[in-house]
Amino acid sequence: MEGNDAARAAERVARESYGRLVAFLAARTRDVAGAEDALAEAFAAALRMWPVEGVPHNPDAWLLTVARRRQTDALRRRTTRRAGEEHLIMMADEIEAAAETPDEIPDRRLALMFACAHPAIERGMRAPLILQTILGLTAIDIAAAFLIPPATMGQRLVRAKTRIKDAGIPFAIPDKEELPERLDAVLDAIYAAYAKGWAEIGDAASAALADEAIWLGRLVVSLLPDEPEAKGVLALMLYTEARRAARRSPDGAYVPLEEQDTSLWDDSQIGLAEALLRAANAGGPSGRYQIEAAIQSAHVARRTLGAETWPAIFALYDHLLALSASPVVALNRAMALAELEGPAAALAAIEPLAADKRMADYQPHWAARGHLLARAGRKDEAREALTLALGLTTDTAVRHYLQGQIAKLADA
Amino acid sequence: MRYMMLIHHDETALANAPQKELWADYAAFNEALAKAGSGMSAGERLQPASAATTVRSAGDKTDVLDGPYADTKEQLAGYFLIDVPDLEEAIVWAKRCPSSRYGSIEIRPLATTYPRPDPSLRGQGS
Repeated sequence: MEGNDAARAAERVARESYGRLVAFLAARTRDVAGAEDALAEAFAAALRMWPVEGVPHNPDAWLLTVARRRQTDALRRRTTRRAGEEHLIMMADEIEAAAETPDEIPDRRLALMFACAHPAIERGMRAPLILQTILGLTAIDIAAAFLIPPATMGQRLVRAKTRIKDAGIPFAIPDKEELPERLDAVLDAIYAAYAKGWAEIGDAASAALADEAIWLGRLVVSLLPDEPEAKGVLALMLYTEARRAARRSPDGAYVPLEEQDTSLWDDSQIGLAEALLRAANAGGPSGRYQIEAAIQSAHVARRTLGAETWPAIFALYDHLLALSASPVVALNRAMALAELEGPAAALAAIEPLAADKRMADYQPHWAARGHLLARAGRKDEAREALTLALGLTTDTAVRHYLQGQIAKLADA
Repeated sequence: MRYMMLIHHDETALANAPQKELWADYAAFNEALAKAGSGMSAGERLQPASAATTVRSAGDKTDVLDGPYADTKEQLAGYFLIDVPDLEEAIVWAKRCPSSRYGSIEIRPLATTYPRPDPSLRGQGS
């Protein structure tokens, strides 16, 4: 029983404090891998000692003290090999800091997240790095969620941490001028993790990833309560998450947004998202995530209140397109236009995308084009586009849905 | 990065698959591959492993055997080529390939460097 209590206490600390401890330990040295190693040793020591000696009054402080001792030992070993004044100063700092052992460990997780999402870090590695350093996810778990071989993910994480150390990437919250852009990178990384967790349906590792991303979104909102975009991205994730149960029928078939059973939407998550969006809008200028959350809010209002919201959605996409000029936004804007002016207008709007190389293997592009062509009665072209969408699908439910749509064209 | 995507099939699983749906999915996959750009090529489908012959020479002895190189449950059944920025994209294409549901897709980057030929051997055999 004692052992179980200790294990549970260690797990609780791991969940709530892992990132806090890594951030604090790494902040001085910028050695993330070293901080993780030291903390791993401290956790191992806790699992050995807590069952015998009991769980300490302040588990975080206990872990921090042990981890710092390990860090200092490691530093001392290195220093004897290549003596340097810098290292001695750092060591003195460490020992002095270790003596303090604060009750409340300063929260440097935000600084760590800014380091992980620094422009010098490869874009695709920012989310995995945050998941590992802040949440303590293993390379194997991250690899499973991102559909990458585990060894490859492990090597990339090691490389990214080496880069933080060697390239002198700062552990700091950027100053006012720099903050919006740098915060965007952090939010993009979190949202990328969420999107990955949303896209791979039925995959346990990916579903867990969506939860982790929302947890990180909450963390950023709590650490930067005045930043509207942080609230925007959290609202966007919650709106999307609220519809999770409705996007597949009980027998696993794909259900498009327009046909979803709104009683399956999670009202509490929608309520949270609405409150966040209101707070974000009151707080300042509209960024990408605020606008995308507002679009989701309009979808919710249409489905649950029967409000006529397509004009508002179209206007929001216009705004978004002006901000980002992304072909994906152009595509979504055209789908809103189809609701206002019909499929012909929408098809004219997406005509330029047909020649866009980025759209050639973008599945939603061909699916959207196919649906618009079918609505416009252009059957042969619709079949062609839907066939491409089918060929690009990786999801079984979507594949069956598209097979059905293609069969319907042949019947009609 | 250019990758050769090697399709390995469990021939029984493939034979038991709904054939009409499978080949319709394959047709769609090949069209998507062709549309995706240059460097992507729909590959070739091989006859079953039972049609294979394996030759191996050692010293002055040559073995000619019936059957495939390795007698495993999953056999090489075909291939296609892609040209994509990175492994992640290659994995997406592997997932799109209908055969990933009846066997496995091995992703092999094409070699970009070759050993230099030994100049002293120049002219040999020509």
